[in-house]
Amino acid sequence: MRRLRWKIAGHALALLATVLLGGLLSATLVRLAPGFNVDERELDPHLNAQSLQALHDARNRDRNVFQFYFSYMNRAAHGDLGPSLALGQPVRTLLRDRLPLTLRLLGVGLALAWMLTLTLALSAAWLRLSVYDTLSTVLSGTFLCLPAAVLALLSVLWNVPGSLAIALIVFPHTYRYARNLLVKAYSRPHIITARAKGLGEARILFWHVVPVVTPQLLAVAGVSVSLAVGAAIPVEALCGLAGVGQLAWQAALARDLPLLVNITILVTLVTLLANCGADVISHVVRGQET
Amino acid sequence: MSFWRKLACVVLVLVIGASLAANWLAPAGYAKQYREAADAPPSRMHWLGTDEIGRDRFARVLYGTRISLLLAPAAALLSTLMAALIGGLAGYLGGIWARMAMSVTDLFMSLPWLFLLITARALMPLNVSPLVSVLVTFLLLGFLGWTAAARVLCTTAGSLRASDFVRQARAAGLPGQRLFWIHVVPNLKPVLYAQFWISIPVFILSEANLGILGLGVAEPMPSWGSLLKELEGLVSVGEEPWKFVPLILLVVVVTSFQVLLSRQEELAA
Repeated sequence: MRRLRWKIAGHALALLATVLLGGLLSATLVRLAPGFNVDERELDPHLNAQSLQALHDARNRDRNVFQFYFSYMNRAAHGDLGPSLALGQPVRTLLRDRLPLTLRLLGVGLALAWMLTLTLALSAAWLRLSVYDTLSTVLSGTFLCLPAAVLALLSVLWNVPGSLAIALIVFPHTYRYARNLLVKAYSRPHIITARAKGLGEARILFWHVVPVVTPQLLAVAGVSVSLAVGAAIPVEALCGLAGVGQLAWQAALARDLPLLVNITILVTLVTLLANCGADVISHVVRGQET
Repeated sequence: MSFWRKLACVVLVLVIGASLAANWLAPAGYAKQYREAADAPPSRMHWLGTDEIGRDRFARVLYGTRISLLLAPAAALLSTLMAALIGGLAGYLGGIWARMAMSVTDLFMSLPWLFLLITARALMPLNVSPLVSVLVTFLLLGFLGWTAAARVLCTTAGSLRASDFVRQARAAGLPGQRLFWIHVVPNLKPVLYAQFWISIPVFILSEANLGILGLGVAEPMPSWGSLLKELEGLVSVGEEPWKFVPLILLVVVVTSFQVLLSRQEELAA
């Protein structure tokens, strides 16, 4: 239990450091990006000299990256993430409005992807038919060779929900690992012996296979969250779903760099949390085994 | 070599050959407009029809294939060299250097690949000439795609550093630099080759994703990404099936790479 607490504390520290460093790196890169010093609002003929000066002063204050980052973190701690330059709305409002849809999309997409993965991988390991194995490998390989954006376009064309598109983008990656893990587990000598002695398939699966493959599958599950977040960008952008992925795409097209920094921090946080969560659960599972 | 590997080789040679011969196969070029035949179906003059502004789709597919298939290996070479430099050196030096390099790698890898790409692409100017957009897109892929390879190389170089023959060479008084070039680098070569070949299909797919999202190669220059963007306007698959030719070509090429690379992936892992 003590070791688990240390592990969680270590992960929390690493997570905090990575998010802070990631945010600082993004803010620095934004300052190096061509056109950072240009503000389109200065072209507005309705602004008087005082307003222009205020804009100029605000930009000068933001030029020092450490000063900007410190004040940004300070404001973020109070829930103020600043405004979006392109959409003219507070970033907090934009994220709050769009996050539920993205989370729902990711949740359903990941659930479908893992259902498909485990069904195909388990049946490939159970049946041990080369034809079935080849067919499922070809199926996953075909999806692996399709760009995520094309799958998103095809989902629009065939009127398929965006979550299914995410599932089909994530599935080939998870399937390869899950299939190899399960096939390897089923070829272990003690499982072959158990089968030869006539032990039921369900008993073999839950008593001998699941405990062996769970830690590795949990690690793959953590990575699959990152894959799904990446897949959400083309799916939301091309399917017209107003989520965070679409917001990131709009921010990239409009070069709304402050908004992109905020989304970068959010995405880093989500993917790191998923990976740390998977690692901690895996640690608990291993602890229960021993 | 198995039948499927031979077939993959033949397919890749044919596709690369055809794309290199684009100047002879489609002498009019990828930007010439046939305004009287805009959005035309396939005919003897335009084998794959024309796009909505009257450009020959067959020519654009050939030139687009050339751009994607020549620049993806260039980006893969760049990312492999960066991985070798960062990962290989960090692994060989060990200690704080390896930890620092791996922390940077973790930072990059904590972001989903496509998200990292569009964020970095947004930092570059978007209204640039087509040639600059091609360079920016593939340089970006090369500069950002080194992290996974660096991790593998760092581990490999670390285990080489601790191997008996390197220890013996060090004990025999071989200087560090000489040791690195003579004993470590030659042993990293198989992993480097594997990482290089694995990166190519990944970069082809990434460019396609960026192109469809409007953040890739700029018009009128064709690439698989910009050609696939045409699918956005389709209402049904059966309506204009010839528009799927770039997609079929991309899937065939990436599949061929996957078939050829199945052994390289095992080696890289």
